[in-house]
Amino acid sequence: MTTTRQETDVIAPPAPGRWRLFGVFAIASLVVAQVVAVVISPPDRDMGHLQKIMYVHFPIALNMFVCYLVVLIGSVRYLMLRSERADLLAASAAEVGAVMTGLTLALGMLWAKPTWGVWWAWDPRLTSTLVLFLLATAYLALRAFVDDPERRATWSATVGILGALNVPIVYMSVRWWRTLHQVQSSPSSLDPEYVIGVRLNLTAVLLVTVYLIHSRYAAALTERAAENRAMAAALGANHGG
Amino acid sequence: MSDSFAAEFARARAVAWKDLTTERRSKAGFNAVVSLALTILLLFGFALGPDSGAVRAAAPGALWLAALFASVLAFGRSFQVELDGGALEMLLLYPGSRRAIYVGKLLANLAFVGLLIAIVVVASMVLFQVTIPRAWPAVLGIIGLGAVGVTALGTFYAAIASRSRAREVLLPLLLFPMLVPVLLAAVQGTKALMAGDLMNEAGAWISLLAGFDLLFLLAGFLAFDAVIDA
Amino acid sequence: MLVCGALAQLGERLVCNQEVIGSIPIRSTRLLEIDTAISTSLAIDARRVARRFGSRWVLTGASLSVAPGEAVGLIGENGSGKSTLLRILCTLLRPTAGDAAVFGFDVRQSARDVRRLVGFFPPAPGMYEELTARENLEFVRRMGEQPSASPDAALEEVGLAGLADQRVRGFSSGMLRRLALARLRMLRPRLLLLDEPYNNLDTAGIALVNATIRETVSGGGSALVVVHDTASAAPVLTRWFGLRGGRVAPEELPA
Repeated sequence: MTTTRQETDVIAPPAPGRWRLFGVFAIASLVVAQVVAVVISPPDRDMGHLQKIMYVHFPIALNMFVCYLVVLIGSVRYLMLRSERADLLAASAAEVGAVMTGLTLALGMLWAKPTWGVWWAWDPRLTSTLVLFLLATAYLALRAFVDDPERRATWSATVGILGALNVPIVYMSVRWWRTLHQVQSSPSSLDPEYVIGVRLNLTAVLLVTVYLIHSRYAAALTERAAENRAMAAALGANHGG
Repeated sequence: MSDSFAAEFARARAVAWKDLTTERRSKAGFNAVVSLALTILLLFGFALGPDSGAVRAAAPGALWLAALFASVLAFGRSFQVELDGGALEMLLLYPGSRRAIYVGKLLANLAFVGLLIAIVVVASMVLFQVTIPRAWPAVLGIIGLGAVGVTALGTFYAAIASRSRAREVLLPLLLFPMLVPVLLAAVQGTKALMAGDLMNEAGAWISLLAGFDLLFLLAGFLAFDAVIDA
Repeated sequence: MLVCGALAQLGERLVCNQEVIGSIPIRSTRLLEIDTAISTSLAIDARRVARRFGSRWVLTGASLSVAPGEAVGLIGENGSGKSTLLRILCTLLRPTAGDAAVFGFDVRQSARDVRRLVGFFPPAPGMYEELTARENLEFVRRMGEQPSASPDAALEEVGLAGLADQRVRGFSSGMLRRLALARLRMLRPRLLLLDEPYNNLDTAGIALVNATIRETVSGGGSALVVVHDTASAAPVLTRWFGLRGGRVAPEELPA
């Protein structure tokens, strides 16, 4: 016993000033991107205005992976460093990720019905996105059903890592199972008019994602900071006798 | 390292022996789980029948789902034994690696689930009028590999879910999405074999299943330490 | 005559000590290292240990040191954190803040070494109902690292030899306590962490708990005993502590 270790990080509620500005900028950029996508860019030759769903669907789907990447990084960091902040960051990103996955699915279905004639097809990307949504829900349910913070952090970190690693496996297995899939959409395969709209939307949605994750994270930090103040008060009373 | 592999494996065997002895003595548990699986099969028959062609086509999916739903109960039970009367705390205080607990429970659950799936397969062949496929040794292989995949993750997630609130809901919620690859490979492989494997695809599904098993075994083995310690 | 008697008694005690120490088989260098560490460190060295469950703080800075060869009692109201402290010392719970070491081994960093040394005796028996008494102890023997006593010998010691082949399912709570005591004696821990050990035990059972504490202490080990029934423990415990408001303070034994 040589070092005095403090398991709890020194957590202070974050200063909101700069982030509020960032939030305004993120939402403004989303508005601008929508104007460019919906008003300025021309309708699709084959699909007409329907194609405009893609301006949001594709960026949201990509940014959903950004969220899960943050979950993965936060979970690994938690297991390595036992840092409470990493756990809270992973949880915040998972919440935002779950919402974005739900949006991706909903927008995809809205697009699929008129295009394919069905709401749903058992294609690898759709199916693995649904599995991803279920995994995210299970992750959040686990967090809700475990009370002890340390236990919750450890369990959700392992569940988060395993879930994240399983997604490509699910994708490949569904692909082998059924190969009724589209060519992957990427900005390069689209007409130049779309590229600007899509890129703008990608950036805007990324900014909004970062803002949402941060807001959730800041709220969690504030909550935890209040608890830690209670602990400091309790420990301080020990000195006084 | 003073803890040699042999010593750890001896611990794992002790855990497996303890779990299997407990299961064998309280036969009611196994009987109930098997009865549940058979009931689910019967319900599938009602839901899909009475056209025997449709029922036969759905047999591979129905039998794996019935086995999966029933084995979730087995995984929950295997940790319930530890939670009754505080046995888990004692188990965690032995000085060796906790992974021995995972391996031991895995072996016991594997015996349990393997037997369960075998019974379900036989029952579904009778109920769904499936003729015994010529490649029945391969069917046995799929049963074994499928049991390993389901058990590797089931044992792991039961260690988490059984110690949370709402464990009955949480275990399937955590486990089933993770099992999608295993279920797909097992059902498709079984389906191909039962249809006589005309497309020569059963082998691919079997090797895929073996690959998933290895991955999930490794994942469960590596992650168990952190999970049981919390 | 008198001196001779005293010398003989001293010699007997020394032999007895040696027996206890010698009976722990040293099977690895790791255990040898542990033995050297044990001889130079406090049995329990807890410094400002804090632990919370959710937002509720159970321990807020509990400090406690217990020397080898000491058996101390811990008293406190329900929910004061006595069991939490024991669980932290045997590595079942991690402290939220502060440090704790057992014979020099940190409960967080050297948890496996700590587990080699401690014997935790919780109120719950921790036995498997469908196994017989002997099978339960056989399991202990197979899981433990330095099995010294055989299951049958341990059953004999706690007076359950006649029930060895009966399933634990039908045991009374007192019999379960005795069986748990048999497990504790089989594992021969250097530090006993006993949580309400006298519950449900008759006079003979209480004597058995006290004998276990005495044997451990005379072998250079220690004991921390959580008790309500201070009268039963008084003959074997040398110091008392109270746990109040999440902190430990020395306590006068109520007369």
